[in-house]
Amino acid sequence: MSLVLLIFLPIIAALFIPLLFKKVGQIHTGWFVLLVPAALFIYYSTLLPSIAEGGNRVSELQWIPSLDIAFIAYIDGLSLLFSLLITGIGALVVLYSIFYLDKYREQLHNFYVYLLMFMTAMLGVVQSDHLISLYLFWELTSISSFLLIGYWYTRDRSRFGALKSMIITVFGGLMMLGGFVLLGIMGNTYSIRGLISQAPELVGHDFFVWALVLILLGAFTKSAQFPFYIWLPDAMEAPTPVSAYLHSATMVKAGLYLVARFTPIFAASGTWVWLVTGIGLFTMLWGSFFALKQKDLKGILAFSTVSQLGLIMSLLGVSAAGFHVENATEIALKYAGFAAIFHLINHAVFKGSLFMIAGIVDHETGTRDIRKLGGLMSLMPISFTVAMIGAFSMAGLPPFGGFLSKEMFLTGMVALTEFDLFSMDVWGILFPVIAWIGSVFTFIYSFYFVFHTFAGKHKPEELPKPAHEAPKGMLISPVFLAILAVVIFFIPNIVGEWLVNPAVAAIQPFMYESPSDVHVHVAAWHGYITPELWMTLGIFAVGGLMFWTLRKWQHQYERFPNTLNSLYDKGMFLSDMGANRFSRLYMTGFIRSYLVYMFSFLVIIVLGTFVLNDAFAIDMNNLAPVGLYEIVIMLALLGSTVTILFSKSRLTAIIALGAVGYSVALFFVIFRAPDLALTQLVIETISVALFLLAFYHLPQISRKEERMRFRFGNAMIALGVGVMMTLIALAAHSGKALPSISEFYKETVYKEAGGGNIVNVILVDYRGFDTLFEIGVLGIAGIGIITLIKLRLTKKEGQHENK
Amino acid sequence: MEIIMSVVIGFLFMAAVYLMLSKSLIRIIIGTGLLSHGAHLLLLTMGGLGGEAPPVVADGVSVSDYADPLPQALILTAIVISFAVTSFFLVVAYRAYQELGTDNMELLKGTEDHE
Repeated sequence: MSLVLLIFLPIIAALFIPLLFKKVGQIHTGWFVLLVPAALFIYYSTLLPSIAEGGNRVSELQWIPSLDIAFIAYIDGLSLLFSLLITGIGALVVLYSIFYLDKYREQLHNFYVYLLMFMTAMLGVVQSDHLISLYLFWELTSISSFLLIGYWYTRDRSRFGALKSMIITVFGGLMMLGGFVLLGIMGNTYSIRGLISQAPELVGHDFFVWALVLILLGAFTKSAQFPFYIWLPDAMEAPTPVSAYLHSATMVKAGLYLVARFTPIFAASGTWVWLVTGIGLFTMLWGSFFALKQKDLKGILAFSTVSQLGLIMSLLGVSAAGFHVENATEIALKYAGFAAIFHLINHAVFKGSLFMIAGIVDHETGTRDIRKLGGLMSLMPISFTVAMIGAFSMAGLPPFGGFLSKEMFLTGMVALTEFDLFSMDVWGILFPVIAWIGSVFTFIYSFYFVFHTFAGKHKPEELPKPAHEAPKGMLISPVFLAILAVVIFFIPNIVGEWLVNPAVAAIQPFMYESPSDVHVHVAAWHGYITPELWMTLGIFAVGGLMFWTLRKWQHQYERFPNTLNSLYDKGMFLSDMGANRFSRLYMTGFIRSYLVYMFSFLVIIVLGTFVLNDAFAIDMNNLAPVGLYEIVIMLALLGSTVTILFSKSRLTAIIALGAVGYSVALFFVIFRAPDLALTQLVIETISVALFLLAFYHLPQISRKEERMRFRFGNAMIALGVGVMMTLIALAAHSGKALPSISEFYKETVYKEAGGGNIVNVILVDYRGFDTLFEIGVLGIAGIGIITLIKLRLTKKEGQHENK
Repeated sequence: MEIIMSVVIGFLFMAAVYLMLSKSLIRIIIGTGLLSHGAHLLLLTMGGLGGEAPPVVADGVSVSDYADPLPQALILTAIVISFAVTSFFLVVAYRAYQELGTDNMELLKGTEDHE
């Protein structure tokens, strides 16, 4: 089966969704959609055994062969893990959405089409081996995210959030494209595998650091790292299934995927290690710290996602550090890569369930404001249990999966202090400290989320709806995820062997030949108290204490200004205003202004070209002789033109225009163009007649509002155009770049077309289409004229008050 | 002759542009008329004015003596099209004046709230 086509399966399925929604309205469209991720999940699961042994699958579909652009699906441990997450969590989210979105009130066809589009895009991101198609899918995830955040498009906040996420992630995407192109130039290939295989040669290249920074910008914007995270909280306007799926489990992890995928190339650079670890860890602290400021359940989860993404990001940075150590597979540093992937899985599990619970609370009580909630424990016992499991796993408590990966995270950070490259010996101690503080806040907000919602006093009078437990169908997905969070704790090594090790081998090929080389044993209890366990215990103690006193100090958060968001708002406002002002500056609404721009630029460009190419040419040879008749006609022509310019009466002007036309006709006679002369005479006569007919209805020429300065400006531009045309005429006459096709016409006109009048034959035979379209133009003009004369504006009153 | 014609063409274009930049609609229309005359003469001049015979096949005339037929063919098309455009423009002006009572371009630009 072609893996490439499987990527496109969801988007192909999306084609049928509107039809199913319209025709089979009684069955919730989600049931049909569910089949797609479920089937894909099952298929990808069958690949597990061979991938876990270190194998891979490749399938290719040519797209633009001439540019060497192709869709190449390449599945190794890392891609497969992400594909399973996308389809697995996707299936659960679709199942959840069936109960979350009402089939009668919601526009399900829109929703599921976007969701399936996203699925294709995301599978494409994690499976593409070709950088250009990877970029294509990457932007498609941004677009589908935009559409899904703006799903309730009548809400201002939805549109605002959609736009914000779009602008920030697409900005990052474009930067990333720049990085990709640089990589393509450096390695002379767009294949990621090809680039990885020549990683050692790339390091010394001038573009290396540029490519690195640009690609990181893409990853950081997508994965909501500081300072780009600001779009994620606003993205929470999306329906909750979307938040659970895109904005916590999958799309925001695309940045992590990117970093993981490119680690083999960039690990050699100290900049990479510092940036990824530093930004990641700082984001972790920042996100967890500000999560406590939030009042909205989904807001807390958004900041917690930011923080957790930062955590995984920093672990990926540390795993790149393994490149620089000889015996990396034997020291504690080896835990970092494993912990990153392991925590990624845990995070998808517990955060997915927490988002679903937030959705349930919103759905069943009508609010997500944590200040109004409380005491739901007895009313919603199942939801409470699930929320507690998810939150405890997030806080790093046993017996949940999060405990294991959290402890390994601390191990990785502590290991960094022993690292003696890139001035880590000086600054290294900061990493475990920041990690520890971040973890304390993680602990507090996890508890804040659960206990301020489910414990405490129930306030039914503040809730828009009387609270009750969610329908069973809605609980299936979160309960399943909660069970998974517990199961992972008890079988971490099985998860490690099947899912984590193959992915780690893909991230750190410099350390492991194949997944079986990854020797990381996960255990909840190491038989003695490790430093990490001390740190964990410290987190529980300090975190517990601070949560206990939360109400006393939480209001201090109001002191922190929302600098980044207001920067974004101001930036948007200014660019909007600036663009508006700027276009108002030159879009005056006067046709005259536009003509002035056009003519001025025409003159500048043409005369500039003349000067640059030294095209001034006057050829005195081959000139036709000047005769008496020509001079007379020319004087008549000039005289009538001057008359037009200075006439105050429209009649004089019209007649003078006619005189110019007749002079031109006489020129045609003298220059041996009988057909032209005839046509010109006829047309000129009709024109003058037409002018005179319309003349009665047209106003007098009035020039009193045209001031001297105005006229002088016009005259200068007119003079410029005149000079330019004279120069063009001279140059065109003097220099012939190519032989004229006229000779061909002259010679073949009788043989080929059987006509004697060369001009006529050219028009009706050689260039018949020109004439046909000319007739077309005449026809259009004629229809236009009739329509205009027949047209009578309705609503005459009121609309033209400025008369 | 071509050099003198080049100057004449330049003058025609100058007058045409000057008229087109004015505020009165009727002057703009006259300007476009002049512009097309200038363009026609330009085409003719570009091809060279020194033909001995009109471009109609006749006995005893060698190929090189015919006036260049190509510019003439182009101009013939251009004359007809410029006529179509001028007459359309004229009717637009007439109707606009009838409906709005002015041919001043400044007043015709509409107001801010009038999209």
